[in-house]
Amino acid sequence: MKKVEAIIQTSRLNAVKEALQETGVDGMTVSEVRGHGRQKGHTEVYRGNEYTVDLIPKIKLEIFLPDNVVEQAVQAILKTAKTGKIGDGKIFISQVDEAIRIRNEERGDLAL
Amino acid sequence: MSKRTPHLWIALLILLAGAAATAFSHSVPQAKSQAEAPGNARTERVSSQPRIPPSPWLFIAPSIGNAARLNMKVKVLEREVQQAQMAGDNSWVLASAALVLLMTGPGLALFYGGLVRRKNVLATMMQSFILMAIVTITWVLFGYSLCFHTGNGLIGGLGYAFLRHVGPQPNPGYAPTIPQESFAIFQLMFAIITPALITGAFAERMKFSALVVFMVLWSIFIYDPMAHMVWGAGGFLSSAGGAIPTLDFAGGTVVHITSGISALVCALYLGKRIGYPTEPMPPHSVVLSFIGACLLWVGWFGFNAGSALSAGSLATSAFMATQVGAAAAALGWTGAEWIRNKRPSLLGAVSGAVAGLVAITPASGFVGPMSALAIGLTAGIVCYFMVSKVKHWFGYDDSLDAFGVHGIGGTVGALLTGVFASSVVNPAFKDAAGRPLPLGLVNGNGRQILNQLIAVGIAWALAGVVTLVILKIVDATVGVRVEREHEIQGLDLAQHGEEAYNFET
Repeated sequence: MKKVEAIIQTSRLNAVKEALQETGVDGMTVSEVRGHGRQKGHTEVYRGNEYTVDLIPKIKLEIFLPDNVVEQAVQAILKTAKTGKIGDGKIFISQVDEAIRIRNEERGDLAL
Repeated sequence: MSKRTPHLWIALLILLAGAAATAFSHSVPQAKSQAEAPGNARTERVSSQPRIPPSPWLFIAPSIGNAARLNMKVKVLEREVQQAQMAGDNSWVLASAALVLLMTGPGLALFYGGLVRRKNVLATMMQSFILMAIVTITWVLFGYSLCFHTGNGLIGGLGYAFLRHVGPQPNPGYAPTIPQESFAIFQLMFAIITPALITGAFAERMKFSALVVFMVLWSIFIYDPMAHMVWGAGGFLSSAGGAIPTLDFAGGTVVHITSGISALVCALYLGKRIGYPTEPMPPHSVVLSFIGACLLWVGWFGFNAGSALSAGSLATSAFMATQVGAAAAALGWTGAEWIRNKRPSLLGAVSGAVAGLVAITPASGFVGPMSALAIGLTAGIVCYFMVSKVKHWFGYDDSLDAFGVHGIGGTVGALLTGVFASSVVNPAFKDAAGRPLPLGLVNGNGRQILNQLIAVGIAWALAGVVTLVILKIVDATVGVRVEREHEIQGLDLAQHGEEAYNFET
């Protein structure tokens, strides 16, 4: 069982979500986040006061998958989240020990 | 029978003609008087009394009766015309007063509220709103009297305290065609917005209790004398017979210079906000500021065109100058910002419009549209540089640019009024025979610039020195600045116990 975390451009959320649903991913958690990678931020000017905004709004997707569908999901994200410009984000994959459905206490891949 | 019929017909015709003549002679004067005083209940009631003279006079002495009748009719007409003019002028002045109140709340409250951080938006709005209440009370108790009762050259007497003798009768020295009470209402709205403008300078760090005391003292010792000097009967800067006749149509010196200079003194005295200028403090909602600025623009028509104190062509001319001045300044600021910053901002555009409205205020009733264009454009560019460059060179924290926009915009406007004022627009100066004299430099009166300069100097000095004294007094008694923890927490919670945006509840 794996956790796939993808940090993507806010404008790509819909495309990524639809592509994931097509590959059969049932659930996902989406959050609006702020952060920066190597890209850093932009400047805003209010009446001549210049502010550097280095924490940029992004979308974080979290999905939990059985090992055998992880690569498919990653491909779907790569295909739809990529604009080719700096700031497209990153994908992190990690091992998950257990998943439990609260309603009926199912465990493992059944709970996903 | 057949012989008698023609007589009957003739008799009937005569009767009909007589009836028609009677009806005609009654209906004509009625139609005339109604045309001259349309739709005013008060006028009709008065005019109905002496309309039909007692008929016996017509039989006894027709010639004397006619003269008396004509005389009486003329008197009635005169009164009706006066009352019709009062109805027209009064409705515009009252509507204008409401527009000027709209400038403070919600106009200025939104404009300033959007510019602060979200933890201080309610405190900032409260600072404007509470002045709508405080100044109203001090105004009816003694403020109006100190401004507009005949006192000495510097301040008014107490003859109008508690609004005694301020009623339906016009005060011909100020506004001969509206009740003096209307004049007092209109001027009240100016006395409210002027101190509210200062709050932009000490936003996010002034104690509310200190603000209350400060503003009461400020109104008494700065606004009231300045308004009396420039606009009051016997004021020594008055354009109507003052020692140094100054042109200030709607409050360049009285409103914008006094508030702008006091703002600078407050910003210097209170010091910078914690974290300024290293911590970012961007406006928490430019949307609110936009709505506020647009309301200010609309309200300013009451401010300037209402200052004609009548509904005639002078109000129209001031309205036009106001519109052109605001538009030109919006373009001036936007253009300067576009060139220097590569991107024209909405906040810049609306700030420019406000700067233009400030600058055109003293000139609005004395200049035509082309002069208004020049004044607005100058103000937009000058204020842009004050706010975005000069402020940073000196490093003071005039948080919402009350000095940069009102102090500088007001000074630019007051001086340019001395350049562009024209007797063609408004014959404000007259010689002994009642002929109009030239007003400004372009009109052939170069000396006026000197007068304007003196008035500007007096406004700067009065506001600067007295504000410092008041701040010292308030600081020694209640303390002007909030505690460090409260400032970090935000004034909404620390001073007022509430928060602006509780979306989760």
